[in-house]
Amino acid sequence: MKKQLEKSSIIGKSHEKTFGSVIFLGILWLCLLIASLFLLTLFASLILKGMGRFDLSLFGNYNNTTPEDAGARAAILGTLFVVGLTAVMTIPVGIMAAIYLEEFADKNRWFNRMIELNIQNLSAVPAILFGMLTLGLLDLMGFLNKNIVFGGALALSLLILPVIILTTREALRAVPQEIRAGSLALGATDIQTVARQTLPAAVPGIATGTILAISRAIGEAAPLLLLGALVFITYDPNGLTAGFTTMPIQIFGWSSAAQDEFKALAAAASVLLLVILVSMNGLAIFIRNRFAKQW
Amino acid sequence: MELEVRDHSSFAYSETTILEIDRLDVHYADNHAVRDVSLNIFANEITAFIGPSGCGKSTVLRSLNRTNDLVPTARVAGRVNYRGHDLYAPDVDPIEVRRRIGMVFQKPNPFPKSIFENVAYGPRVTHGRVSKSDLNEIVEQSLTRAGLWNEVKDKLDQNGMALSGGQQQRLCIARAIATNPDVLLMDEPCASLDPIATSLIENLMLDLVKDYTVVIVTHNMQQAARVSDRTAFFTAEIDSTGARFGSLIEIDKTDKMFNNPSNKRTEDYIAGRFG
Repeated sequence: MKKQLEKSSIIGKSHEKTFGSVIFLGILWLCLLIASLFLLTLFASLILKGMGRFDLSLFGNYNNTTPEDAGARAAILGTLFVVGLTAVMTIPVGIMAAIYLEEFADKNRWFNRMIELNIQNLSAVPAILFGMLTLGLLDLMGFLNKNIVFGGALALSLLILPVIILTTREALRAVPQEIRAGSLALGATDIQTVARQTLPAAVPGIATGTILAISRAIGEAAPLLLLGALVFITYDPNGLTAGFTTMPIQIFGWSSAAQDEFKALAAAASVLLLVILVSMNGLAIFIRNRFAKQW
Repeated sequence: MELEVRDHSSFAYSETTILEIDRLDVHYADNHAVRDVSLNIFANEITAFIGPSGCGKSTVLRSLNRTNDLVPTARVAGRVNYRGHDLYAPDVDPIEVRRRIGMVFQKPNPFPKSIFENVAYGPRVTHGRVSKSDLNEIVEQSLTRAGLWNEVKDKLDQNGMALSGGQQQRLCIARAIATNPDVLLMDEPCASLDPIATSLIENLMLDLVKDYTVVIVTHNMQQAARVSDRTAFFTAEIDSTGARFGSLIEIDKTDKMFNNPSNKRTEDYIAGRFG
């Protein structure tokens, strides 16, 4: 013991460099390598396969029975419509619900605790069940055709609403209590305190959570398949009750087709979808790092 | 222990009672935390609340502007009269109470906004739209009054959280006086500050008390002796069931409290024998 405390003990081999610790570090690196290898292989194989079809006709052409003329225009616009409507429907509702639960609801009341528990459970419900719920809801509302933009947005809204509520609550909870106390002590009302202090301070966290939820909606296929979105559409969606298909479903359709040319098309569309999702997640990370407050 | 007590030989003690606390009891859920506190706060004086941890001094302070209401389980019994009105009467709006009785907290808590916006916040939430020129005037006056204007006048649009701890606390004081309150409550305002920042704030209190009534909770007896006109000594007691609670031992003019207290326990605490 005493020997280690001598001045010269700063020179020489560190005790972190023992055989065991090197092995452990190696295993950690290996795990990281395996995870990133899968991702890289996926990217590389998609790019190689889809490169030939990643051109303007992918964006400009409608689907076609001849793969050379087929494009993802209807699917891209369909995704834009459905997810756009989803965002419009969920963001205000989700944020308001979270504000109520976090800032106003009495957490000691049993029904508020029950709502909280249910929202947490809803965020873990398989997406296909929201598709079934939407089918039932559309029936009740009297829509005969279920594959409509509104229906798709409804299914995706039900899917991501719990996620938006939970992340908004997290962001609100991260705002220190002192900020609320300071505002109230200056004679601000509860509403003023939320609107002018708590909510603005939580915006970066809310934006990050919302972007991640929206990107989940973009990539989701299961509930939309249930609505019958796997259809051959050769027009732009033009309203809430227009038929639609989305990118994940178009990719699903093409990759299950017999011709290899369609598989290349599916790969090209997948690359596009991945680029969109990766850049949205990147934006979320950027917002989190750039605007996150250090309290 | 030698204490430097503020010289009150030429001080005219006030006759005007601003706050009259009458048999105040505070409960947190089942815990009867503060029992039977009665004392008066006089206009344009600094009243210091001293005592060991858990003696209820902060709880009593917070019940003076209904900040205790924000704790869901808190319940207040007894009366707190502000200029003759019971603050806990059913027709009293706690928002209006807090606009007249401002508060500065232990940990500086500037809003994550510009220095200007921090000070302008109170007038804005109180009066709705305030003209830019009025706001400029209020912000300059309040920051000057808080002794911060010269340090920040060129960077009013800088984030208030970028200031040093002492500057942040003076910003919080400027923010509190921008709403032109009647009383300023300070809950250990120097607890997280260095000695230089502390002495700046103590001098500021001595200046502010010309226009406001100040109540300060402090752990620091030297601070109470240096700045206050009256001192209330609280202590933590244990009742027959073993529950801890805070109660008031005595309140008197500060020089009497520190030189010749009526109660033995006050004397012991001030002499450093417990607490």
